[in-house]
Amino acid sequence: MRKRQNNIFAGVDWVLVLFFIVLVFLGWINIYAASVTDTSQSVFDVTTLYGKQLRWIGLSGVLIVIIISIDAKFYERFAGVFYVISMLSLAGLFLFGNTINGATSWYNFGGVSLQPSEFAKVATILALANFLNEPNRDLSNFKTQIRAFLILSIPAVLIALQPDPGSGIIYFTLFFVMYREGLPGVYLGIGFMLMILFLSTLYFGFITALIIIISLLTLMILYLININKFQLNREWPKVIVLFLIVGLFMFSVDYIFNNVFGQRHRDRFSIVLGKEVDPRGIGYNTNQSMITIGSGGLTGKGFLEGDRTQGNFVPEQHTDYIFSTVGEEWGFIGTSAVIIIFIAFILRIIRVAERQKLKFSRVFGYSIATIFFFHFMINVGMVIGLVPTIGIPLPFFSYGGSSLWGFTILLFIFIRLDADRTYEW
Amino acid sequence: MEKKYIAYFSILLVGLLFIIRLFYIQVLDSKYKGSPLNNSAVTPKYDYPERGFIYDRNGVLIVANQPSYDVMIVPRDVKPLDTLEFCKLLKIDKEDFVGKYKKAKKHSPRLPSVFVAQLSKGDYAYLQEKMYKYKGFYIQKRSLRQYPIQSAANVLGYISEVTTADLNNKNYQQGELIGKNGVEKEYEEALRGVKGVKFIQKDRFNKVIGPYKGGEYDTLAIVGKDVNITIDIKLQKYAEDLMANKRGGIVAIEPSTGEILALVSAPTYDPNLLVGRERSKNYNKLDSDSHEKPMFDRALLAEYPPGSPFKILTALIGLQEEVITPESRVTCYHGYRYGRRGFMKCHCSSGTVNDLNSGIHQSCNAYFASTYKKIIEKYPTSSEGMKRWSEHVKSFGLGDFLHNDLFTGRRGVVPDEKLYDKYYPTFNWGASTTISNAIGQGEILTTPIQLANMTAAVANRGYYFTPHIIKKIDNKPIQIDKFINPKKTTIDPKYFIPVVEGMYDVVEKGTARYSKVDGIEICGKTGTAENPHGQDHSIFIAFAPKDNPKIAIAVFVENGYWGSRWAGPMASLMIEKYLKGEVSLKAYEKKMFEGSLREEYDKQLLTEQLEKEIKEKLKKELEEKAE
Repeated sequence: MRKRQNNIFAGVDWVLVLFFIVLVFLGWINIYAASVTDTSQSVFDVTTLYGKQLRWIGLSGVLIVIIISIDAKFYERFAGVFYVISMLSLAGLFLFGNTINGATSWYNFGGVSLQPSEFAKVATILALANFLNEPNRDLSNFKTQIRAFLILSIPAVLIALQPDPGSGIIYFTLFFVMYREGLPGVYLGIGFMLMILFLSTLYFGFITALIIIISLLTLMILYLININKFQLNREWPKVIVLFLIVGLFMFSVDYIFNNVFGQRHRDRFSIVLGKEVDPRGIGYNTNQSMITIGSGGLTGKGFLEGDRTQGNFVPEQHTDYIFSTVGEEWGFIGTSAVIIIFIAFILRIIRVAERQKLKFSRVFGYSIATIFFFHFMINVGMVIGLVPTIGIPLPFFSYGGSSLWGFTILLFIFIRLDADRTYEW
Repeated sequence: MEKKYIAYFSILLVGLLFIIRLFYIQVLDSKYKGSPLNNSAVTPKYDYPERGFIYDRNGVLIVANQPSYDVMIVPRDVKPLDTLEFCKLLKIDKEDFVGKYKKAKKHSPRLPSVFVAQLSKGDYAYLQEKMYKYKGFYIQKRSLRQYPIQSAANVLGYISEVTTADLNNKNYQQGELIGKNGVEKEYEEALRGVKGVKFIQKDRFNKVIGPYKGGEYDTLAIVGKDVNITIDIKLQKYAEDLMANKRGGIVAIEPSTGEILALVSAPTYDPNLLVGRERSKNYNKLDSDSHEKPMFDRALLAEYPPGSPFKILTALIGLQEEVITPESRVTCYHGYRYGRRGFMKCHCSSGTVNDLNSGIHQSCNAYFASTYKKIIEKYPTSSEGMKRWSEHVKSFGLGDFLHNDLFTGRRGVVPDEKLYDKYYPTFNWGASTTISNAIGQGEILTTPIQLANMTAAVANRGYYFTPHIIKKIDNKPIQIDKFINPKKTTIDPKYFIPVVEGMYDVVEKGTARYSKVDGIEICGKTGTAENPHGQDHSIFIAFAPKDNPKIAIAVFVENGYWGSRWAGPMASLMIEKYLKGEVSLKAYEKKMFEGSLREEYDKQLLTEQLEKEIKEKLKKELEEKAE
């Protein structure tokens, strides 16, 4: 720490910084293409979307300097405070929030809108890292599991209620981090099982799915009996309970899907499951974005030559569907390049996380890798029609100050934590 | 650590999966491919050039354009309005309004459709001032054809909206106009011009946001070319007037070029009927008239037996085959006896001795029947003789399509040995069997234009130019090989001299002596063709002047009794009109203008109906008897 007094950038991982610069630059280029009009003049014109984004990028530079200058220990020490403030800001939305597109997710400060859920990610990850950093924390302990679960659930529920279920779901991906830190694999196994039950119920319908699953389970049990791993005469109540749980879960999925979900939620799943395709209605976004990407071909139409981008055929193209602009103007070469950059970026974070000696830093690193990865996976998957329509941004690409700042803070806190690693003893 | 590798592996797997998916969407799947111009974001907007004008050979304007105004509707934009006033302005009633509105809405609520088509200029001027009151309606200007002279409808053709079949041609879009007959169709490409196109970039609301790529792909419209046709519109109109209330066809040709001076089919119609709001109503009326058949171009399509004018060919072939000389004589016994029992009647009194000249100008059947017999029997077999005869006849352009620039036509019939072998597979046919060919009856059929062309070949003493209708395109005289190269007949020019002399005497002192015109040496030949429907057809061919002829003409008047009654006077009136510009035989002219064969046609219609009724009655009676 003594050395850092002379140079605040000492120990910074420049590879990650380079990734950051490349991603932000590519993101802005595509926002420019998606929002430029014939009458636009200067790129600094803050009445345009690309001008505004440029301003957010400039301000994030200031933010970076502040984050890097602050003592690494500060983040660990004040993690709890950040978490409480952040949860209050989420709760406060129900009183003072602004509603945009049906979701009360915004605070308005004199014309500038901020989305606290983007910053809540930072606070929650800090809190989780801090919680797991305590000595003797054992994730195989049920109480610890419950407490960790609560840390994730509070923001997830508050955000889901806005309602912004897409951003809420993201918090549960942090289970993977807990798995890395000792959470028994059975939780992931159960989660995975439930996922399969959920999807098969939606895809085949309750009755058909139930028959399929019960038959599969029966076959599995018969196999276990055959190799003498299971004794039916003694353990039959377990089978009954398993069947009951499976049946109940599938029934409730079916019930919730048909009676609790709104039509628009149902439609989103239906599109990806390939059940109903209505290119004029709810399927419009996905259909338009796929046509737009497909029209780019191998090499794309060239920068600012994307006529479907210019024609605003894809709704929300500058935010959630920004990847379709890449597809149209830069073609397959552009899209695969962006995917490779993202994958390399995330793998780099994991490598850097692995070299951390402090548990706090390591958990933080894993957490942001998970967050970035799932944003990337869900967003791109949605744009190319592999994942249901869940409105979450593509990190550093999508237009929006709050998300840019949120991701920037996450990354640079980690870079700051990493810069300190050599001084640990 | 093992868990670390699971993470690496999962992340790489997702990346790979995405790249494969993108490769499929962007490179493999053709669903999303295509030219950028074939894209819902870019719409072409067409700029239609004005269609070319059509002038006659002397530069008189025959077809022009007139502006027309359609009231268009975009149902989505319509606001409540004073329907009563609006209907009054458009001259429609309330129910009409509601029906049209519903139809337009059904077509598309967003896209414009025609609400009321082709307003008159007067209605337009009135409506235009009030148009601001009616939101969702606007007036679109179009260009329609206009015919200052009500004539030559059959020659000019008409334009109408493209059909589904036309759409296979890439140059046309739904709703565009295309030439559908006559000159409009034949010279469509020149007249149409080239439409201009502007590519417009649109957003997802179909709202225009500017030209696509700054207009890089846009093209300018090129105005249609003006066309001069060979028709002399004054002559054409005059001929149509002569044919009033008669049926038939008249074709006049300039022998030295093959240019068609007049191409008349009667009855005809006013070309203005096929323009404007009443177009489809009028079209259906004209098209469904099965008695008058005004849409049927008799000059090009009607196949008639040529009758006596064909004797000219018999004479020429006889001379060429050297079976007769101009001095050969034949005695007519008020007819001609052939075969064992055959007898062909003739109007010559019994015992008349005719040479070639008098044979022609008195139109002696016996003379030509004997000539024909000599031609066929010159060769060892009738088959060979028939073959030679047929070749001679065909060299005058008969029995085949003319291969010209007229939209339609018929072959006619010139029999040959194969035809008769088919007719009489077991019977040894000969000259006697086919003797009617000698005088243009029998199997021979010609269209008026073929007969006019034959006349031109005689006028030229042995060759003809394919009759055609185009003279200039864009004021440049056309040079098409098949129209400027003469087609030779198989007859030596020297044999024409006595025949033309005979034709001259037809008008001087023969069957058409009443059609003589002072100061013009007309050569002609009357014809009276028997036909199964009613009275004989009145036929006349002629050319004038005798030396260096300027016009060759063929006239058919259906059921006109005999040649010199209608066809002869008409031909000489037209010749005089064309050569002098004035007509001296005023009495004849009046008789032609006013004369009508309507009674005869009505009689035919009545007979037909009666026959039908009688047939049905008989049929019924037979059926009843059978029961």
